[in-house]
Amino acid sequence: MSEASTLRADLAGSELFGLAAEFNTPEEILAAANRARETGYKKIEAYTPYAVEGLDEALGHQPTRLGWVVLFMGTLGALGGFFMQWFSNVQYYPLNIGGKPLNSWPNFIVITFECAVLVSAFTAGLFMLARNGLPKPYHSIFNTPNFEHASRDKFFLCIETADQNFDLERTKQFLEDQMPNQVSEVEL
Amino acid sequence: MAVSSKKTARAVVEIDRVIGKGEQYGAIDDVINDPVLAGPLKTPRWWWVGFAIAMTFLGVYLTSIIYLITKGTGVWGNNVPVAWGFPIINFVWWIGIGHAGTLISAILLLFRQPWRTSINRFAEAMTIFAVVCAGLYPILHLGRPWVFYWLAPYPNTLGLFPQFRSPLDWDLFAISTYGSVSVLFWYIGLIPDLASLRDRAASSFQRLLYGTLCLGWNGSAKAWQRYQRAYLLLAALSFPLVLSVHSTIALDFAVSQVPGWNNTVMPPYFVAGAVFAGFAMVIILAVPLRKAFGLEHLITLRHLDNCGKLMLGTGMVVLYGYTVELFMAWYSGVEFERYMAFNRVFGNDHWWAFWLLIACNGLAIQPLWLRSVRQSPFWLFVISIIVSIGMWLERFVIVAITLTKDFLPSSWADYKATFWDWSLYLGSLGLFATLFFLFIRLLPSISGTEVKELVHHDAHHGSDYLEDIRADFFQEGKTGEAGA
Repeated sequence: MSEASTLRADLAGSELFGLAAEFNTPEEILAAANRARETGYKKIEAYTPYAVEGLDEALGHQPTRLGWVVLFMGTLGALGGFFMQWFSNVQYYPLNIGGKPLNSWPNFIVITFECAVLVSAFTAGLFMLARNGLPKPYHSIFNTPNFEHASRDKFFLCIETADQNFDLERTKQFLEDQMPNQVSEVEL
Repeated sequence: MAVSSKKTARAVVEIDRVIGKGEQYGAIDDVINDPVLAGPLKTPRWWWVGFAIAMTFLGVYLTSIIYLITKGTGVWGNNVPVAWGFPIINFVWWIGIGHAGTLISAILLLFRQPWRTSINRFAEAMTIFAVVCAGLYPILHLGRPWVFYWLAPYPNTLGLFPQFRSPLDWDLFAISTYGSVSVLFWYIGLIPDLASLRDRAASSFQRLLYGTLCLGWNGSAKAWQRYQRAYLLLAALSFPLVLSVHSTIALDFAVSQVPGWNNTVMPPYFVAGAVFAGFAMVIILAVPLRKAFGLEHLITLRHLDNCGKLMLGTGMVVLYGYTVELFMAWYSGVEFERYMAFNRVFGNDHWWAFWLLIACNGLAIQPLWLRSVRQSPFWLFVISIIVSIGMWLERFVIVAITLTKDFLPSSWADYKATFWDWSLYLGSLGLFATLFFLFIRLLPSISGTEVKELVHHDAHHGSDYLEDIRADFFQEGKTGEAGA
């Protein structure tokens, strides 16, 4: 922590996004995240190069509901796919093909299935991106010094100023007690 | 680690590990990202040579397509009775190759096979490029490819819908779904690695390129949580999808009344054949790739060994399929079916194709029972080439030879491929190779994040936790120490 940046933070404390601590191993950040949650911090987030098992629970994140959304949309896709075939073959343009019944549903299974998979897969992918707020080229956390290592070999824990327990000095002390490589101020 | 000492010693120690011993996060990053981030002038010479050859064949492909569209499908050998010649043979061949990519990325993920990790990325790329090559064939086969969209249901002035009862329209839905879901699965898997490239970018152009492509990924725990769930769901959806795609293609044949095609064994047998051919292609790509980029400690002999096992297993299923096909032809008591089978195996014109196919797909894979063969990149490569040829011959036998002699002897006719049939086929190999060369140059061909996760896992649970579970299971009373 250089003097200049401390000074800057003091001058413009409200323009901080939060305080970030940099760790070397997933075990350290897991322990730190647990302690932060237990201390009462709510607006905490960890940034890691890969998914660290249990980190979301340590930070107090709720489980994702993505699966239910996908199930709902997949069902909708299947119904829509079947409806398309039923409507065109029975209602809109009935054609007698080889004496088969107009609603010859076994013939519609493949397309119904493919529509269900198509809609659920794109729901899973795009809904995940949308809920994560992507695409989003700029995020305040990118201002963290050394943050380019968050995609390589370092693990960052950030306590945001939006947290009601956030206090520049006390929070900084708390993070430094977790024995990180460094604690840095993250500008907005 | 105390855990690894439980394992029995093996001849080749390396195969116990999915990745090399003691890999560090940063080192993994460098190995994977450096070839991608190297400046244009630092591109290795072998890449330029390979790319030039691939582009030459791509030129052949484009020339063939232009000639085909100008002159019409008459430039091919297709005619009555063999209306489905090379285009459909090659279509089925290509789409089959794609299936191993999805199998590795989706099915092995669901089965928690950690060894899939370093080969899934390029196998998925292989899937997409193979689907591109495959998908163009039926479109070109339409005769008027520029109106291919008539296959899709859309509001039109004629008030017409496509014929949804036809397997050919099922194909359209199956392949377009497969293609688009594969691209999505691949891209979602790439996002964290693209972020890693953005953070390591050497030039502002690279930072812009990879920064845009990674959509601003920051690796927050919440993002990872949703990401992992989405990835797992995509895998779970791809699993039945990949089975449905080749089954649908098999239904193109099975729903018809042609002797030799109207067969219930077709869907499972086609799926097994697809995976078989696909693993052969994975090996064909993996062996030079690991050599060229020095990835031997990430794509280890263990990977090749497992691919060899899967190739042997699916190959035996395919061989069983051939047997059942012939048996059912005899057992059905139908004169046409029996003659079809006789004609395939002993017919005057094309008996060699059947026996060559048995030699390629049946005999050539038998050495894979030996571990020493499965762990020899050279022999695996050779066997994989033979298998690829064999699987092409299989489709040739099923598609072309079956059609030459059907019900009425008066309509029997031989099939001969023309120059343009061959040029389009060789050209499609060029298209595939061009895309693959661009992929290995511009994108990381191994998933860095997943390998890092594996390293983390390795440190906690030993090199392969499934083996630990197995070891625990068979050594009662020694459990507990693995779950660190």
